[in-house]
Amino acid sequence: MRRRKERQPYRLRETGLAYLMLLPAMVVFGVFVFYPFAKNFQLPFFSQPPKFGAISRPARYVGWKQWSDVLQSNDFRNTLLVTLKFTLITVPVGIALGLLLAVAAHQKLRGITVFRTIFSSTVATSIAVASVIFFSLTNPIVGFWQLRIGHGGITESPTWALPAICVVTVWQSLGLSFIVMSAGLQSIPDDLLEAARVDGAGAFSVFRNVTFPLLTPTLFFAFVVGSISSFQAFAQVDLLTQGGPLDHTRTLAYSIYKTSIEAGGPSDENKAAVFAIGLFVVVLILTVLQLRLERRVNYAR
Amino acid sequence: MRADRRWSLVARYALLVLLAALVLFPIYITVVNSLLTPARMGNRPPALAPSNPQWHNYSAAWSDGHLGRYLANSFIVSISITVGQVITAILAAYAFAFLRFPLRGLLFVVFLATLMIPGEVTFFTNVDTIRSLGWYDSYAALIVPFLATGFGAFLLRQSFLTVPPDLRDAAALDGYGHWRFMAKVVVPLARPAIGAMSLFAFLGAWNQYLWPLVATKDERLRTVQIGLKSLATSQVDKIPVTYAGTVLAFVPIAILLLLFSKQLVRGLMAGAVKG
Repeated sequence: MRRRKERQPYRLRETGLAYLMLLPAMVVFGVFVFYPFAKNFQLPFFSQPPKFGAISRPARYVGWKQWSDVLQSNDFRNTLLVTLKFTLITVPVGIALGLLLAVAAHQKLRGITVFRTIFSSTVATSIAVASVIFFSLTNPIVGFWQLRIGHGGITESPTWALPAICVVTVWQSLGLSFIVMSAGLQSIPDDLLEAARVDGAGAFSVFRNVTFPLLTPTLFFAFVVGSISSFQAFAQVDLLTQGGPLDHTRTLAYSIYKTSIEAGGPSDENKAAVFAIGLFVVVLILTVLQLRLERRVNYAR
Repeated sequence: MRADRRWSLVARYALLVLLAALVLFPIYITVVNSLLTPARMGNRPPALAPSNPQWHNYSAAWSDGHLGRYLANSFIVSISITVGQVITAILAAYAFAFLRFPLRGLLFVVFLATLMIPGEVTFFTNVDTIRSLGWYDSYAALIVPFLATGFGAFLLRQSFLTVPPDLRDAAALDGYGHWRFMAKVVVPLARPAIGAMSLFAFLGAWNQYLWPLVATKDERLRTVQIGLKSLATSQVDKIPVTYAGTVLAFVPIAILLLLFSKQLVRGLMAGAVKG
């Protein structure tokens, strides 16, 4: 238990105890994270012939062909495009609205905690709850708004289905965005803002020249976390549009689901693995980007 | 000057009230609609308050809509996952913070690496694994894959590292072994971090959608998120019941978050501040 200098030999008992303590987590990670992850890199090299009743035939080695087939397919291109659009709408809008609420609530007023609670309230909803609320409110026959486009509801319109999914997502993540932006604002020292005001800067000028620059790390964080969760968007698509109409809302996560285990349909895990690796690469790039930017932001200080 | 200030105060409150109304509007209308009759719903203009509250919509959602069952399942699964994650994370974080052993740095990176592999990348192979274990359509399928967490281990290690070295030396002098030191000193000191981690574990488990959808098909094992799907796709004449079900699915978490808002913010910020 005493502090030791490095380079001392490891103690057998201590090492044993450490591995024992790590074992439960390692077993779970090994079986349910690393094994399926690694398998994704093997699956695309094989092709599974369609099943006939209960008889399943062995997988056939197809080499790199399946990789290139999937990567060049319209399906893959479309799903990437849809997910990108979805991300580029929901993330900036979510951050902007969260910041708006945070700025509005960042003042010393009586009863401000009530407003803070209300602004963060959507964290208590899940994306499924938000989707069902939206679905019911815009129902073309009995909904509150009865949005009707063509013959059906908003989620059946090729033009409006994706914006609808975006609205649900932004509203549901508003509480989270508000909390993150508020914490960012609170981390800015009051005397800095005070000094700027004493120098005669107006409210807008203080925000633009002092608050906003100091908020950059928070904005980066929100951007990366938001993008990662956008790329994983699934429940709202499954509940509201099932990827339709005409694949206009077929996000990456939904594509993986459809391709791998669509109930009653053809399931092709070998193909789905390529999509899954695509999703992983996006998450990897975003994470590395965040680590890089974080370092730069810290050096700049 | 004084009147000026008063007007600015009024303007500020007006803005706050307006924003609050916009944020809450969907939830408010959901509550209103959960108390209407099916016939009233389609009528124009839409109801802004229930004139004749239909409380039986809630009992219909609870029993006919199986919300009671779904909520119970969600609680069973989420509490099991939370307890499991807290235990495995305390153990792992203790090893990383207080023990010296070969490959410690590498293994810590392995733990962190799990954060970069989302469930959307691994679920279909995991369904095969669950099937071959004979766990398909069981609580084990919903719980076991989530009993460890890289985020929790990371968060607790950060907190354990702040335990003053003097305390460790004092505990050693008192003849405390590692297990007693962990239970009597480290865990009590790290209670705030453990609280934040538990809340996150619970929320994460409660809000899961994809995994419960693919790992079960038995209605009796459905969690509330998936249960909402069956409720929402039921008949139009049951729409008030769907609204009531949505409120029932939302309220437990709203209460939980009101009670633990401090832990929520702390946990979020632990993610934002690099370690």
